[in-house]
Formats: sequence, C-alpha cells, structure tokens
Amino acid sequence: MTETVATTPVILSVRDLDVKFHLRGRTLNAIRGISLDLRQGESLAIVGESGSGKSVFTKTFMGLLDQNGEIAGGEILYNGQDLAKYKTEKQWRTIRGREIAMVLQDPMTSLNPLKTIGSQIGEAIAIHQGLHGAALKAKVLEYLRDVGIPDPEGRYKQYPHEFSGGMRQRVVIAIAVACNPKILICDEPTTALDVTIQAQILHLLKELKKKYDLTTIYITHDLGVVANVADRIAVMYAGDIVEIGTCEEVFYSPKHPYTWALLSSLPQLGVKGQDLYSIQGAPPNLFTDIKGDAFAPRNPHALKIDFEERPPYFEVSPTHKARTWLLDPRAPKVEPPEHIRELQKEGVSRFGQQ
Amino acid sequence: MASNEREVLLSVQDMTVDFGSRRNPFRAVNHVSFDIYRGETFGLVGESGSGKTTIGRAIIRINPISGGEVLYEGERISGRISREKDREVTRKIQMIFQDPMASLNERAKVDYIVSEGLYNVQKGLSEEERRRKVEEALTAVGLLPEFASRFPHEFSGGQRQRIGIARALIMGPQFIIADEPISALDVSIRAQVLNLLAQLQKKYGLTYLFVAHDLSVMRFITDRIAVIHKGVIVELSETEKLFAHPLHPYTRALLSAIPLPDPIRERAKVLEVYDPACHDYSVEKPEWVEIEEGHFVRGNKPELEGYRKVLES
Repeated sequence: MTETVATTPVILSVRDLDVKFHLRGRTLNAIRGISLDLRQGESLAIVGESGSGKSVFTKTFMGLLDQNGEIAGGEILYNGQDLAKYKTEKQWRTIRGREIAMVLQDPMTSLNPLKTIGSQIGEAIAIHQGLHGAALKAKVLEYLRDVGIPDPEGRYKQYPHEFSGGMRQRVVIAIAVACNPKILICDEPTTALDVTIQAQILHLLKELKKKYDLTTIYITHDLGVVANVADRIAVMYAGDIVEIGTCEEVFYSPKHPYTWALLSSLPQLGVKGQDLYSIQGAPPNLFTDIKGDAFAPRNPHALKIDFEERPPYFEVSPTHKARTWLLDPRAPKVEPPEHIRELQKEGVSRFGQQ
Repeated sequence: MASNEREVLLSVQDMTVDFGSRRNPFRAVNHVSFDIYRGETFGLVGESGSGKTTIGRAIIRINPISGGEVLYEGERISGRISREKDREVTRKIQMIFQDPMASLNERAKVDYIVSEGLYNVQKGLSEEERRRKVEEALTAVGLLPEFASRFPHEFSGGQRQRIGIARALIMGPQFIIADEPISALDVSIRAQVLNLLAQLQKKYGLTYLFVAHDLSVMRFITDRIAVIHKGVIVELSETEKLFAHPLHPYTRALLSAIPLPDPIRERAKVLEVYDPACHDYSVEKPEWVEIEEGHFVRGNKPELEGYRKVLES
C-alpha cells in the first residue's frame, strides 16, 4: 500500500489487520487483512453493508472489541506505538477520548438518562482538560454553543429525555469533541435521524472538524450521505476493503462491481416504474474460509478466477485502487451499469470545467 | 397509475387526533383531509413528530380520532361501527410496520406470526387451508415455505420485513399502510423490499399509503405525495410536479436535505432550513388552494401570489 501522493503526514497506520471472534467453538474472521493509512486532517468514509466489519474495524483503534474478539495479526501504528499490542485498560485509557473519540449511532441509548447534560459533558472536560468549578461550566456552555444547541444556560441543567433525537446527537458530539481528540470516529452518526436533521448534523460535524482540526472517520451504509463530507472513501465488503479512492474517484469512476452495486441501489438514481437495482443473495458467511473474491457469488460479472484466487489490489491512480480481477489486463472488458456510466460522464464533464 | 379511472378508495375528512389529558391536550393531527385513489401509491412525508405515523395508525384504528371521519369505499370506518364492518375493515386494511426487529413476536414461529390475523377473522378455517395460505403468503414475498417453522431471530432484517409483509398479505387486503417500511434497513436490502412492494402492488392490485421521512425513496415509489408539518398538510401533489416545482418552503427544505450521490453537486448544494416564522398569518389567514392541476398548497394570498410566479417562470 504505497501511496505516492502523500502530502500530509500519516496519523494512523493499519497494517494487515486480522480480527477474529470466537463463538461457540467456531471462529469468525471479521477483518481479513486490512491495510490503511489515515492522513492528518482528512475525512475518510468507510462504507459497507451491515456485517461487513466496518464498525469492528474502527473499534480496534480504541480497544472496544467484545470479550470474544481478538486482534489475530497485523499492527495499528499510532504515534509510534502499536495499538494492537495494548492489553490493559490503563494503556487504552491513554488513547480513548484523549486521542481517538467516537460518536455512536443511536443518541437514544448513548447518553446516561440519570445525569444532566451539563454534568455529562463536564465529566469529559474535567478528565481530559482538568478544569473545575466555574471554568468548567463556562467550557461546557462553550461546547454546547459550538454544537448549535440554543439556550445553553437553560439546557445545561436538563436531562437527556428532554432533548429530541437530533439535539441528543449534538450532545453526544459535544462530549466526544470535549475530550480534545485528534481523531473523531462517527459510527453511523445520522442513521437514527430524520433527513433534515441528518443534513444539519453532517454540516455540524464538518464545521467542528475545521474548528478543532480533527481527522474524521465516518462509518455508514449509505453512500449517498458521504458525498458531501468525505475526502476519501473506503468500500468494505466481508471484512476487507475492496475499493478505496478519493470521493470523486469512487463516485465518478468506481471500479469494483460491489461499489457499482451499492451505487446502483440508491433510490436517488432509480427510474420510476422500473425495478430498482438490488444486490442478489446475502453476504458470505465469515465463519468459513473465503476462497477467491468474497463478492463473486453475488456478482453478475464474476469471472472464473474470482472463485479461485483472491484478487490483489490494482492501482487505478495513485490514490485509487480496487481489489477486483476486472482490472487485470487479461480480464475481459466489463462495462459498469448504465446509470453509473451516466454519473461518470456528468462528473467527468464537470471535472473538465474546473 | 392511470388517472382516468380515479375511484376514491379511502377518504380522510377533517381528521383530528389528540393525545394527552383533556386538560393538557396535544394535537398531533390537525384537521387533515385527503383522498387516496384505488391502485395508487400515496406518500405521506414529514419529520418525526409531524403526525404522519399517527394518521396511518388512525386510519387503521389503532389511535382513536377526536374529530372528522375516515371513509373507506364511501362508508365510514372511524368511530363506532358494526361488528361485521369491523371485521371487514380489519381484513381489507393492513399495515406494515417500521422496525422488523421489534414488530415480530420473538416467541412465536413464523407460521403463527403470519397467520395470526386469520385466527381472528376467518374462524372456520381448516388447519390444512391455513397452512396453505401461509405457504402462499411466504412464497409471494420471496421466502421459502419451510421458513414457517422457524423463529424470527433466525432471520436477517430484510427477511424479517418480508415476514411482516407476508403477515399483511395473508389477509387478502386491498389497502396497505406501510409505515417507514425500509428506514430500518440497509441500503442494498432497501432496494429489494421496495421492488417487492412494487411487484405485489401490480400482482394484487393493491393501494398503498406509504409513510416516510425520506423524499428520495418517495420519488421512486409514489404517485402522489402529501407533505405534512406539525399535523398540518402543507402541500399535496403528483410526485413529479412536486419535485419539479416544490412551492412550500417546508417542502423545499425537505428536498434540499436529500443527500445526493454526486460529490460535486452535493458540495455546491445550498441547504434550505425551514423556519415556521417565515409565514406571517396574523393578517391574512392561510388557505388550501389548488395552484395547478393536481397540485395543492397551503398559503395566504401574498404567498400564493409568489408561488404562482414560481410556476409561471
């Protein structure tokens, strides 16, 4: 994984990461050898279906794997340390919140219902910034204002049940940002929210990223959501990154059939009266060893070799690569579905103008 | 759907739904009226708390209505109705719920879940007949008949939603209320369920009331859309007209919030935020006006003038 256009320093580097879960005597291969470099100040989106391992992957950065999960191989380099070797809670505490913070999916369950909003944000500030008393309260109010909660003075004393879903998610974001992290991981930050609120929260996250100089990772199953917020997109399938590239590259010239399928199934691109494109079948069972390309059984363009050998990464451009045999020079030329080509054309013409 | 044979199947007239105590009522639905034609898909869009789900639930009589009435095939089905009528309505109007993880009885087998309605409505049904119907319903939604002997936890979200659909189908309904049937599902599964709903509509001649907060899905599946805000319908139109000329500021806000799968256009997009304070209804009261054919909007005189200009340009 050499990316030649390294302009900014790498903040987090994952090398050949393997994660396994042990379940009733069987082993589930949740992450199958992922390598990834996260650059300072970028925003990376990780996209995939449920069960593709996108949440598990980022949880390893914070030592949040379930009891039966383990990092079976590879390394996670952060600040010259290998996080994959961390064992004790004490070690993890130097990372969690302080270096890497997380915003979880469901704001209804990620707040403590028995404590006021003010004290929950205050707790994070007291621990990570060492403030107390009046200074602490002033800081809390500042964060409340930052995340766009009107009337912070009045809201300070309120409990989570007095907040709407969107407002709660803002509080959760305030807590995460209050830890002063370098990296902010947003795990499906908007799936539980309305479309209008979703747009506002995404906007907010973008602003906070600028203000606090954060590196952000978005995890989502909806490709439509990330067009606005992501610099780079990684598409995950069955515990592996199948395609990674800049936002424009993934949307306008996707190479992997799975990315095509994900894009095609967006209702925004559907034509009324016709069937919406849907991916046939189900993701593979990760309890078994996967031979060849994991997406092959669901792929209408699958080649024979897809069932036999796992494809390597083929580089499309210095920033764009995909794991599919279709990019092999010996492979037959397969055209992406029609509306993908349309998106491509539109995108290319607009690229030209810029 | 063809618009020449427009037979009103369901008519909601001046519906009001209140929650809370008498001293402290909360009006979730405020004098709402609309018609749904046979064979069409009617969409109801709004944010959480707008009352869109409540309308659906009031039609199927889960929530009692406190004003107005609901007519089905010209006959009143709200309030007190005869037992026979009650049974008939239960059979003809069915509902698909939002969260397939929460809406199936975890302790019952699929066989029972799907046929539970039959036990109540068609009492004289033989066991053999019932089993055949379950099989039919499961096949119709693309599941295997063998699944009848399994429990819900053995299924994925998309399959569970199919079970929910089979449960509605087995009653032989004419009208199905789908309350955010896909918002809890993954994008790829969404497409499957949407396609299934469209197929079933063609096959059985169903009429849908489709409740959702996401306009992008609505454009794909509905024939007409009503936009509802705080219990009041602010705009109602044929789908394409609504997308071509969204007039009410709230509709425009909803439209602008749809995420586009196109980075350049998405970044250039200006997000519109709806502020109810932009209406000045202190002098001129708002009216419900058909501003072009099949396109209704709520506004007062000066606003309507503005909307007409938008349409002309």
